[in-house]
Amino acid sequence: MVDLTLTNIWAGILAFAVFMYVVMDGFDLGIGVMFRAFPVGKERDTAMNSIAPVWDGNETWLVLGGGGLMAAFPLAYSVIMSALYAPLIAMLLGLVFRGVAFEFRWRDPAHRAFWDLAFSGGSLVAALMQGIMLGALLQGVHVDGRAYGGGWWDWLTPFSLLTGASVVVGYGLLGACWLNWKTEGETQQHARRLMRIFAPLTLAALAAVSAATPFLGNEYFDRWFSMPRVLFTAQVPLVIAILTWRFVRSLRRNYDLAPFVLTLAVFGLSFVGLGISMYPYLVPNSITLEMAAAPASSQAFMLVGASVLVPLILAYTAWSYWVFRGKVAHEGYH
Amino acid sequence: MFHDADAILLARIQFGFTISFHFIFPAFTIGLASFLAVLEALWLKTGRALYLDIYKYWLKIFAVVFAMGVVSGIVMSYQFGTNWAVFSDRAGPVIGPLMAYEVLTAFFLEAGFLGVMLFGMRKVGKSLHFFATLMVAVGTFISAFWILSVNSWMQTPAGYAMNPQGQFVPADGWIPIIFNPSFPYRLVHTVIAAYLTTALVVGAVGAWHLLKDAKQEHARKMFSMAMWMAALVAPVQVLVGDQHGLNTLEHQPAKIMAMEGHYQSHPDGAPLILFGIPDDDAQRMNHAIEIPRLGSLILKHDLDAPLAGLDTIAPENRPPAEVVFWTFRIMVGLGVLMLALGVWSLIARWAGKLYDWRWLKRFALLMGPSGFIAVIAGWMTTEVGRQPFTVYGLLRTAESASPLAAPAVGASLIAFVVVYFAVFGMGSWYLLKLMSRAPQPHEPEPANAPAHAAGITPAPAMAGGAKTEGAHG
Repeated sequence: MVDLTLTNIWAGILAFAVFMYVVMDGFDLGIGVMFRAFPVGKERDTAMNSIAPVWDGNETWLVLGGGGLMAAFPLAYSVIMSALYAPLIAMLLGLVFRGVAFEFRWRDPAHRAFWDLAFSGGSLVAALMQGIMLGALLQGVHVDGRAYGGGWWDWLTPFSLLTGASVVVGYGLLGACWLNWKTEGETQQHARRLMRIFAPLTLAALAAVSAATPFLGNEYFDRWFSMPRVLFTAQVPLVIAILTWRFVRSLRRNYDLAPFVLTLAVFGLSFVGLGISMYPYLVPNSITLEMAAAPASSQAFMLVGASVLVPLILAYTAWSYWVFRGKVAHEGYH
Repeated sequence: MFHDADAILLARIQFGFTISFHFIFPAFTIGLASFLAVLEALWLKTGRALYLDIYKYWLKIFAVVFAMGVVSGIVMSYQFGTNWAVFSDRAGPVIGPLMAYEVLTAFFLEAGFLGVMLFGMRKVGKSLHFFATLMVAVGTFISAFWILSVNSWMQTPAGYAMNPQGQFVPADGWIPIIFNPSFPYRLVHTVIAAYLTTALVVGAVGAWHLLKDAKQEHARKMFSMAMWMAALVAPVQVLVGDQHGLNTLEHQPAKIMAMEGHYQSHPDGAPLILFGIPDDDAQRMNHAIEIPRLGSLILKHDLDAPLAGLDTIAPENRPPAEVVFWTFRIMVGLGVLMLALGVWSLIARWAGKLYDWRWLKRFALLMGPSGFIAVIAGWMTTEVGRQPFTVYGLLRTAESASPLAAPAVGASLIAFVVVYFAVFGMGSWYLLKLMSRAPQPHEPEPANAPAHAAGITPAPAMAGGAKTEGAHG
């Protein structure tokens, strides 16, 4: 069904980069989204500090997603960036506020409250816009020749708002699970309460998006429900159900790490589901991977580097996480 | 809509605005990361706490600058698509892979080791921490390598062919693309500029604290190191800049004509125009103050060599000399002042008065921001000077834009301007606040932020040091 061509390999690498971004910056942004639910002082500081050493690396996957798309599929990059102009710029500005807040809130205690607001507001906007962009892409964009041919508000539909909200609650769940893993004491209790709120919301959002997607047109219905595909795709909801059951159990037993891993698995499955819907298109119904692909010489040149560098990046990223392993300590615990 | 001139102008302003703002931060971090690596190396070698104090002092500043560089940099990786969709589609197969390599070899390296560099001092061993600092420094350089290769290719495209879709594609391997004709000159010129910029900031901070207390040991060390850098590197930069100019004359003569204000050709020896009021509409230089034949001597190394002017360039291909003439003069003027600072500091050092001459310190303080201004002016010279093309001679700026509508670009431009000035304005204020305090013995680490020094440890890395840090926090 999927040949191992250069173009498909690059689609795989970019999908991997986007997935890495979604889960890694997902918990970062999720912490931002719920930041104001934590009391000022020790708990907020702990939540912030649990991601301070890694947020920058996490966000680099977004740059790889953008830069890699331009390099491997320049046509898709140019069309998608034009089509998603407004939400994209809003996301970038959101990321500006939330990124500088990591440093600025410590540098200016008198305006701590403002930078906390910048952190949570920026995270919320970035997460919402990422979800909206996902929905806007899924519902399809109007392509005219080699350029975007739609209007400036095409991205704004009930469906894109639904995906926007879904990504916000999904990131919220990831963030709560991360804090449950990385903190202890009151902060952890707090995170557990938030998990109980975000988990059912995420599940509901997932169900709503899954139910709406096949009816957007764009052949999604066929990709999911035609024989023999349905034999495979029918397993996806089933696996989600099993994961949900395990999640509830891990919550009851107050496990630290398991909820985070299970949430990652749900995100992974949703991502596979998106792949099923999209492949072989990059822009639904108009631009396939092959159409958008850069010449083989460009893709091959990058693949040489990527095959060495991506494993290396994963290795030192893992090392960096390892250095900061364990619970984020309050004084006195260690 | 596609040929909406207002939208294209707004898109250019927006791109110029976001990239100029962004450029300020790497121009500082490239030099600062290397400075930090040198300080930590000196500390490891000599064991003198003085170096560690200065290291920690600048590390806090580095963290703030780096955060601003990261967030403004992410914007750039998407601005190509939002504003220059046609350019991205057509040049993507050539420049895209270079930018992908920048992400893979530089951005991840910097980001991956930054956490350990900032927060890991007590978490990993000394040599491993030094390794992290080194990786961040190397990362900033690799980043400059790739992005300047991209920019140089746009200025002096090489090694490309055209495919049926009108895209630039690699013709014979990647070496001619990466090492295109202007790249070596631009890389050396820009990296040296970054080092000089950092040296001038460090020197100004040192000078500020020496003006208040000429005995301050840390300030003396910083000032001395920075003045060595200025004295040694500023002359090199003048030579490199000259070579870069000759390279530009060879490949982009129209840019040089605009920089020099040569609207008319000079068949037997061109003057050097020192000042004047360029007028693009009339294509003439008003009130010119010029030195006869010096222009030919500088550019052709021959007093009588003929020099072509903008009158030899088709009107639709002429860059706006009104901008380039001035930005070039700002850059060169500041360069001369930097050279003067370096020489002055050498004289003071030779006289044994480096820390005593108040006017030298005042001058060094005044020159603190000059590196940034020179870098931006130089950047504008090279970017405006290659107009009206994005890929020089091959793809016009007007043909490169996204299918933009002026209100959308205008609204986002306003948003960028407001947010950047507010956020980075605050950031610069915090930097000045950090710099206004002299480095102290037992300088605290970055994570040991003022408001939570006592009691709360910011990261696991600090757990071991919390008790000692709390004592003077």
